[in-house]
Amino acid sequence: MSHHKPDPSKSVNLTIDGLPVTVPEGTTILEAARKVGVHIPVLCDHPDLHKRAVCRICVVECDGGGKLKAACANDVWEGVKVVTNSPKIHAIRKTILELILADHPQDCLTCIRNQKCELQALAIQFGLKEITFPQADVSASPNIDTNTLVRDMAKCVKCGRCVDVCQEIQSVRAINTAHRSLHYEVTTPYDQQLIDGPCVYCGQCAAVCPVGAIYENDQTNLVWKAIDDPDRHVVVQTAPAVRVALGDEFGLPKGAITTGKMATALRRLGFTKVFDTDWSADVTILEEGNELLQRLEKGGKLPMITSCSPGWINFCEVFYPDLLGHLSTCKSPQQMFGALVKTYYPKISNVDPAKITSVSIMPCTAKKFEAQRPEMNASGYQDVDVVLTTRELARMIKLAGLDFETLPETPFDPLLGDSTGAAVIFGTSGGVMEAALRTVYEVVTKEPLAPLDLEAVRGHQGLKEVVVDLKGTKVKVLVANGLSNARFVMDSIRAGTCDATFIEIMCCPGGCVGGGGQPYGNSQIKLQRKDGLYLADKQLPIRKSHENPEVVALYKDYLGAPLGEKSHHLLHTHYSTEGKNHWAKTGH
Amino acid sequence: MSKLMPLVSEGAGKINPLSVSDYIGVGGYQALKKAVGMTPEQVIGEVKKAKLLGRGGAAYPSGSKWEHLLHIPETPKYIVCNADEGEPGTFKDKLILGKLPLKLIEGITIAGFVFGAKAGYIYVRGEYRKIQKQLIQAIENAKKENYLGDNILGKGFNFDIHIISGAGAYVCGENSALLNSTEGKVGRPRIKPPHLAEVGLFLQPTLVNNVESLSSIPAIVLKGGDEFLKIGHPDSGGTKLICLSGHSAKTGVFEIPLGKVTIRDAIYDAEMGGGVKDGKKLKFFHLGGQSGPIGSPDQLDTVYSYTDLRKAGLGVGSGAIVVMDESVSIIEYLKGVTEFFIHESCGKCVPCREGNKQLYAILQKLSVPGAATENDLSNLRRLVTTMTAASFCGLGQTAAVALNTAWKLFKAEFEANVSKTAAAAA
Repeated sequence: MSHHKPDPSKSVNLTIDGLPVTVPEGTTILEAARKVGVHIPVLCDHPDLHKRAVCRICVVECDGGGKLKAACANDVWEGVKVVTNSPKIHAIRKTILELILADHPQDCLTCIRNQKCELQALAIQFGLKEITFPQADVSASPNIDTNTLVRDMAKCVKCGRCVDVCQEIQSVRAINTAHRSLHYEVTTPYDQQLIDGPCVYCGQCAAVCPVGAIYENDQTNLVWKAIDDPDRHVVVQTAPAVRVALGDEFGLPKGAITTGKMATALRRLGFTKVFDTDWSADVTILEEGNELLQRLEKGGKLPMITSCSPGWINFCEVFYPDLLGHLSTCKSPQQMFGALVKTYYPKISNVDPAKITSVSIMPCTAKKFEAQRPEMNASGYQDVDVVLTTRELARMIKLAGLDFETLPETPFDPLLGDSTGAAVIFGTSGGVMEAALRTVYEVVTKEPLAPLDLEAVRGHQGLKEVVVDLKGTKVKVLVANGLSNARFVMDSIRAGTCDATFIEIMCCPGGCVGGGGQPYGNSQIKLQRKDGLYLADKQLPIRKSHENPEVVALYKDYLGAPLGEKSHHLLHTHYSTEGKNHWAKTGH
Repeated sequence: MSKLMPLVSEGAGKINPLSVSDYIGVGGYQALKKAVGMTPEQVIGEVKKAKLLGRGGAAYPSGSKWEHLLHIPETPKYIVCNADEGEPGTFKDKLILGKLPLKLIEGITIAGFVFGAKAGYIYVRGEYRKIQKQLIQAIENAKKENYLGDNILGKGFNFDIHIISGAGAYVCGENSALLNSTEGKVGRPRIKPPHLAEVGLFLQPTLVNNVESLSSIPAIVLKGGDEFLKIGHPDSGGTKLICLSGHSAKTGVFEIPLGKVTIRDAIYDAEMGGGVKDGKKLKFFHLGGQSGPIGSPDQLDTVYSYTDLRKAGLGVGSGAIVVMDESVSIIEYLKGVTEFFIHESCGKCVPCREGNKQLYAILQKLSVPGAATENDLSNLRRLVTTMTAASFCGLGQTAAVALNTAWKLFKAEFEANVSKTAAAAA
């Protein structure tokens, strides 16, 4: 294969619609056309996924040949004359679009993807006035399981993006294409429910779906109902990655930090208290950091692996039940918050925990599943009642008619609202590791980590590693994001070839900034969100979790010490070798 | 004088197909013995001189294909024989597989020697179950006689052939889908490039040739490329196995020299088709399988060669000649063709999956008086254009060939049922 691998150091000269352009070898026709300002329409193509070239909407003519080529999947070659615009090509593309639409429900106005749909955008771009092919009967009802993801396969355009992300990027293989011709479809093995297969609910399928075929189960109605009930004390927590993505929904620059506007919006929506998951992220660092030190001192199972990412936890339970002992027993920040908001918070605020509705705003669809796990009731109630994704929160703000861009900035409510720079970077790959090391290093060496910015674990490469010197003990740490990278790490542990001590694993590529519940985007946008989080870290007055005054108060007034008895009961959990199915089936 | 020319099919039906000694008795394995004394370049030189065009349907020059593969340095290389003969009306590979399997095996073994391959695969149509068993036996017998296996003919060359059964999908006749299926994956075509010569079976450089092409190799090696070329047409040497079916008085496989026989000969010659059944008039003939063009009686005197047929807007394709008499409705016939492609589309690309479906719906309307409109006819035309130019693989690109050629010949039949009032209103 290497023989014909393109060499990007070589240049290729060609013309696009008569315009000369020079690009590196290995550039697709699609990319070359963008260089001269021609945006060839695409539907199945996605910048972060493999080429499939199945929708054929991007066809172009090369050197006048009768057969057209898919611009997304064909590299340019020396001297080729590409035509992207001609009446013939327009007619063919329009026919293809009409063929897709003739097999697609015409219910755009009530579709969850209305105005965010790539197919709809194509219809607008093509100026389509009518579909002259007879409309297929596409009236299958959506499939919902576990209140997490909805699959409305009547809307599926069979682009294969979801299959690619599930199989190749995440290595989960919960969905695939099956059958042929008119029966060709995206489905699960034997049409089983997602809960009965390996699906980890990461929602990456929903994140790449161009239409309304796979999406988060919208639970905003439950929150509106709770807010409307005068007997309910409705509290909300917001995950770190939400604040740098929410602005996308309102036309703000990508990666803009919207923390203050978001807090104001949540108050205006009617939440009684607006708290921050960053606060419990700091708590997580204290628990997890001490757990690591305890394992190091007492010879516990190493490497220890972080447990903040519920998609990752599902993955580990399904595929690596023999290695569950490596997982930190710490609950995720969402669930730590949930347990404390119905125990610690009522105690210091004189609120009846039975009346609290605990809502979280997450970048994540797997968090919806995590909150439902039956063991997540340490407070005596379900710790987190409703989980909304970033996209769902945006829908509430839009329904309320709030002009997000001009909202004033307000802080979170006190007690469970103060946080640090260490917590805010939880939202991007490497952030939990950096936050943990800022605290662990200082506990061990009695000196602050210098520099505090741990550049080696930043960025969205799939695997990152660095060796930290803890008072003479060299500790290797590893950071992985995306589940195929997680699989690589886990296989090395299973094979006994992993020499790391501490590993951070995030389910989604890029970490939570690329979560399945985030506003639609691609890896470039994820990087801008990451930059937003590191900027937020820099701007915060306190940048180490153990210095968060509200966390110090929590331990002083309520928990005692990290890993203490109360912590053990409220903030730590256990995992099942039976996989996620065990929880789902014995739970609800 | 007979217009037939048994060359590839020489010996078929006359010997025990599984007997190596019988095969040697009709000249078998002389070519392999000659080839192992030649260099790979010399063998390929003869194939190029022979101007052998791929007999599966695409008519790609075999010599160029072989030369391309020879220059790829990566190893191991694989030899794959496409024996997934799935074109309706096509049963010529079956003749070789069933009656002369050792000739195919010899051809594959020569290819294996040329490319230094260790393994060859024959991907056999799933319905040819009995033939698959026979092929396995023929391979075993060849091994016993040292024509396969280790140290073949004492030349230090090791080569084995494996039989893979298809599972009934027409699209697996498409070479990249065939390789996916061989690897145990779903039989859907791959994105090209990379070409299969570069990234083929198990991602290795691979030769994929049709049964008839590979079975022509012994004759090319033995007679030499020049002699092989003389037998056929100056642009494409050798013979072609043609398959007559439909309303042909006689049906079966016949071997003819390329460029020396007309379509009329094929259909009417007493040694071949013997005319239209029951003395009826010929309405049209369908060449090369369901994916091939439809021809009219006006074109009967076209010479059967790749060049002449292409010039006439027709094509050799797989070698099928389906004869249809005057009683057949072209619309009903095309409905059958389109139904076939609806059944066999792999479904992954839009023009093929959705296009065939919409084509059928229009043909259905065209078969009912007054049901269709001018809009249906214009949609029919743009579907043909779109499917042909923009489909992912050869299946979709050729699914509307029959319809497109028939449109030119039988326009009146297409328009007969179009509602005039609806047309006026539109």
